[in-house]
Amino acid sequence: MEILYVMIPLGLVLVAFGLWAFFWATGNGQFDDLDSPGWSVLDDDRLPGPAREDSDPRPPEQPK
Amino acid sequence: MSAAGAPCFHCGEPIPRGLALHARIAGHDQPVCCHGCKAVAEFITGAGLGDYYRYRDTSSNRADEQPRPDRWAAYDRPELVERLTRPEPNGARSIIVLLEGLRCAACSWLADKALSLQSGVLDVSVNPATARARIVWDPAKVRLGDLLRVLEHVGLRPHPLAGEPSEQMALLERRDALKRLAVAGFGNMQVMMFAVPLYFGEATGMDPAMREYMRLVSMLVSIPVALYSGWPFYRGAWVALRSRAISMDVPVSLGIILAFVASVWNALSGQGEVYFDSVTMFVFFLGLGRYVEMIARHRAGSVADALARLAPATARRVRSGVAEDVQAVELAVGDELVVRSGEVLAADGLVIEGEGRVDESMLTGESAAVAKPPGARVHQGTHNLGAPLRVRVTAVAGNTVLSGIVALLERAQAERPRLARAADRAAAWFLSRILVGAAVVFAVWWYVDPSRAFSATLAVLVVTCPCALSLATPTALAAATAALARRGILVAHTDAIEALSKATHVLWDKTGTLTRGLVRVEDVQTFGEVTAAQAMSWAGALEQLSEHPIARAFAASGAPAGQASEVEVHAGQGIDGRLGGRRLRIGTREFAVALRSATPAGEPAPVPADGSGESRVYLGDDSGLLAAFRLTDPLRPEAQDCVANLAALGLPSEIVSGDEASAVARIAARSGIERHAARLAPQDKLARLKALQAGGAVVVAVGDGINDAPLLRGADVAIAMGRGSALAQNSADLILVRDSLEDLPHTIDLARRTQRVVRQNLAWSIAYNLAALPLAALGYVPPWLAAIGMSLSSVVVVFNAMRLSRGSTPRRRPPWPAAREAEVA
Repeated sequence: MEILYVMIPLGLVLVAFGLWAFFWATGNGQFDDLDSPGWSVLDDDRLPGPAREDSDPRPPEQPK
Repeated sequence: MSAAGAPCFHCGEPIPRGLALHARIAGHDQPVCCHGCKAVAEFITGAGLGDYYRYRDTSSNRADEQPRPDRWAAYDRPELVERLTRPEPNGARSIIVLLEGLRCAACSWLADKALSLQSGVLDVSVNPATARARIVWDPAKVRLGDLLRVLEHVGLRPHPLAGEPSEQMALLERRDALKRLAVAGFGNMQVMMFAVPLYFGEATGMDPAMREYMRLVSMLVSIPVALYSGWPFYRGAWVALRSRAISMDVPVSLGIILAFVASVWNALSGQGEVYFDSVTMFVFFLGLGRYVEMIARHRAGSVADALARLAPATARRVRSGVAEDVQAVELAVGDELVVRSGEVLAADGLVIEGEGRVDESMLTGESAAVAKPPGARVHQGTHNLGAPLRVRVTAVAGNTVLSGIVALLERAQAERPRLARAADRAAAWFLSRILVGAAVVFAVWWYVDPSRAFSATLAVLVVTCPCALSLATPTALAAATAALARRGILVAHTDAIEALSKATHVLWDKTGTLTRGLVRVEDVQTFGEVTAAQAMSWAGALEQLSEHPIARAFAASGAPAGQASEVEVHAGQGIDGRLGGRRLRIGTREFAVALRSATPAGEPAPVPADGSGESRVYLGDDSGLLAAFRLTDPLRPEAQDCVANLAALGLPSEIVSGDEASAVARIAARSGIERHAARLAPQDKLARLKALQAGGAVVVAVGDGINDAPLLRGADVAIAMGRGSALAQNSADLILVRDSLEDLPHTIDLARRTQRVVRQNLAWSIAYNLAALPLAALGYVPPWLAAIGMSLSSVVVVFNAMRLSRGSTPRRRPPWPAAREAEVA
């Protein structure tokens, strides 16, 4: 069982890495909103064009 | 394809009888209840965002009136934009906007898409949890007012927030809590992993060196949990102790510190038992409960935000004949203001010119607008619906009636009767006994065998560690809070659950809770060859130019069929005008009939005034009466059931309202409430509440307006409606996000079950501790038994609490089949 003297510290290093990643993600705003990004997959064909000239919303689309 | 009785396509509310109004959506006609909803639904689908109707899981807010293009014009002014927004790189600006009516992820998707379709918008992030949107845009390409207008067009009323620092602080607080929770969670998992071999090692024998190693590693992992994740509890306990009070944080902190210090001592000395698993689990579960509570509280917002929404940021000041827009904070007593129709007053004052009609419902609860002739007092935050007013300012900032109400709020909050929590009392009582007991044990062992005194005392302290005791309440409350959140009920203060389980009375404010709080056309009766839709559209055209509250009902429900000409308003009677060559009158019966040249046969008998609080409006032309409209503030469909169910649970209802006696009596009769009082000012409502509480009652108050806020703050449990004012939501313990009363009886039932679970948990943990204490004091508890017993007692408590979240699956409104069909077609 002497291998545990190596494996446990290794496991702790992994945990520390996981925590670091979690802190980074939190600070980066990844957990601020867990609901709405799920909706973004629904409309990746309608990206907000940065250079659209008309300020009117787009004309009606025929739903399929 | 509108089935009879189908609800409004957009807001899901019943459609007024006789009204055949449709929105043209994807080639299908969908029934809608009013022109506001029609405009919103057509705008949403017209912008290619019709998916919204497929994905939303609650119905939308009713669009109470058609969007007014001029409302947002003030936000095009550079000074205001400067004050409300922050600079971003490349000349862009950002603003935080609170979106009223944002209730689900689909709503936030809608807001996001609608804004992203505008040119000049660089980035949008909408957070449905806090109902706030952050917009980054290029001022050179699009104006702020236009962006706000788009939001209103999709049915989400925007409120720009100037107080971004507080938003930022709330965000940082959430992130900080999440990090502390993550450390506790990860740490707990690791320590559990080391705890299992330690338990088995005790029973089957284990290499002592390996045992030491495991214990030291557990300690290493527990240190950040106890110090970093547990820090908020110590801080809270310190604050409470400094003000000579005992909060829940005190026994919690003591439990953590005692168990942790004892375990560290044992781990370093190599004797006795370690309890790192219990300590970390304890911190994690408590932190989880606190985190859920904090999210709910943040969503409810802050008082400063609420005030920002009430009082306008700008006012139009007249100085030596020149009118200029100034910021509200620059106003001083004696200034002269021009308040145009539709504007909100920025200060208290006296009317010096103009015949205004002011909607004071936010202060008085009265739904009808009040006439304001010269000399009358007007108040900050009220809405001028009539002709433009010139007002001399008599009070600004902290001296206005509105700020008075806020002060009243704060006082009621301070005097709030806190039900002392049974768990707190029990834990404090138990804790003091344990400390005394430990001291006695130490003294006795010191006398008998000084070398064992310390370890025996530690065993007593740790075996009886109030972990299970302190977990008993928070785990049950966290489970109940989560179960309620799935039903759309936000718990902002978890103490309310205990108070709710003991509630004996329910006080209702009528407007906006039992009713929807909007005057609307309930019924159209036509005479002759006119259709209901025609009559509505003519009425809408005539009323278009009026600011009378009744006119707002038509603006919402009636179709403005073109522009009426020669419009003349006859005060107290009605409106006379010409529409497409036809002379029409709308107003009282006598006024509408007066145009008639001859007396035709078969005219309906006049309906006598029945004092029911409903009003009738008649439309007539030269051939006589064309239509009669019945206007009401309708009772919510679920209100009667809710009142009956509450009565069955032993909670009698009572109405305290600022509205007219007749209107209150009508709603009371319809909802089945016997006791009611009308024309009450906020302080009268509070007095009635105090009288009930003085008689020993535990009172639940349900309200939605500013005028209810003191009542809500003073009540034992305050419940606000999801569409109510922000100030009311701020004062509330529970918020009914879905704006429906149907879950209220269930909430009370769940609160009572929660209390039962709390009592079971307390009984179990006290029984365990009482059994273990004497054995530990005598030195008879083998360490492995102590560890298993202690963990088991905590686990039993946690699982018992989890029962609360079972059996309450989220209830969703049925998706409208018509909407599905239209979107798929």
